[in-house]
Amino acid sequence: MNKILEINNVEKSFEGFKLDKINFSLNKGYIMGFIGPNGAGKTTTIRLIMNLLKKNSGDIKIFGMDNVADEVTIKDRIGFVYEESYFYEHLTIKKMKEIISPFYSRWDDEKFDEYCDIFGLLPKKKIKDLSKGTKMKFSLAVALSHHAELLILDEPTSGLDPVFRDKLMDILREEIQDENKSILFSTHITSDLEKIADYITFINDGKIVFSDQKDILLENYKIVKGDTKILSAEIKNQLLGVKENKFGFEALCNVEKHSIFSQFDIVTEKPSLEQMMVYLSNKM
Amino acid sequence: MKIIIRNSSPDPIYKQISDQLRGLMITGELKAGDVLPSIRNLAKELRISVITTKRSYEDLEREGFLETVGGKGTFVAHQNKEFLKEQKLKVIETKLIEAVDEARMLGLKKKELKEMLDVLYE
Repeated sequence: MNKILEINNVEKSFEGFKLDKINFSLNKGYIMGFIGPNGAGKTTTIRLIMNLLKKNSGDIKIFGMDNVADEVTIKDRIGFVYEESYFYEHLTIKKMKEIISPFYSRWDDEKFDEYCDIFGLLPKKKIKDLSKGTKMKFSLAVALSHHAELLILDEPTSGLDPVFRDKLMDILREEIQDENKSILFSTHITSDLEKIADYITFINDGKIVFSDQKDILLENYKIVKGDTKILSAEIKNQLLGVKENKFGFEALCNVEKHSIFSQFDIVTEKPSLEQMMVYLSNKM
Repeated sequence: MKIIIRNSSPDPIYKQISDQLRGLMITGELKAGDVLPSIRNLAKELRISVITTKRSYEDLEREGFLETVGGKGTFVAHQNKEFLKEQKLKVIETKLIEAVDEARMLGLKKKELKEMLDVLYE
């Protein structure tokens, strides 16, 4: 069994928002970045995976099992970090840990202490006295301390400074060294994923725009810059989003379409994930 | 073993790695039978994705530079020196063809191009 997570034709509607038959899967041993603008459906998808929301249709398989029918078995093997803190605020870190740890069959106190050390978490501190970043670190320590095979991280880096984000990326790299762990990582800070992610799934307005190997994606698109005079209606039609200013234009284009510029003087660059996200979101 | 990744390079990262590894094998810094780091370890050290390092190794395997033995790791393949030399000669040949083409476009004579080469060789 190579697929650790499979999402097939999953639908969920709320008032004013619809997750539209989404599909993607994640293989064992790899890191997937889940990106998209705010409100695109990232958190909804993750809550559906975690069975915190009921889907309207479709199915979700984790470790080859149904995420609803086998919820308890599955969750024992998942390390989950949610955007917001879901701990009892009046408890200390140590007390909270004592409440959480019995739920996991493979809880590892030694590992937890190790992460508390790395993250600078003081066991006696009350959760309500922790900063947003420190609460996130506590969630991460919990998620990493029960030998989970799948880590699901929902915006884990949003409250964290660049120094800690960098440290977190190193920890995640270390986690996948044994080939058996996978990570699904949702974020809109795409620079965190630029290097570490093997796969990128991009969701916009409840639809999966693409889900593929990061390297392939980045090779399929180019950023072109040039004089706005070049932009005939015909050429504009072929581009995936254009930004114009007084002195020129910048646009995202498909590699196959790049030849339309062959007779023009333009600058071609590799896109960043952020540029791709911005251009492809504006397009719709 | 030194591998440097340039963010500013127009080459994709997987190509930068395979080019540099190929270079190390051609110069003999990496010798037949030498063990390479695992794709996961190399990805961790270079702080890039596993798929990227995997692709570099796969390319080099296809070209016959590397051999992966299941459960044991990836090794520099036992290929004879002649083959490596052949590879290097091919690179030089392609570059010379380019130079000749450029020279023709400029209307340079064979003798003039040879003179240029003589000067550069010194």
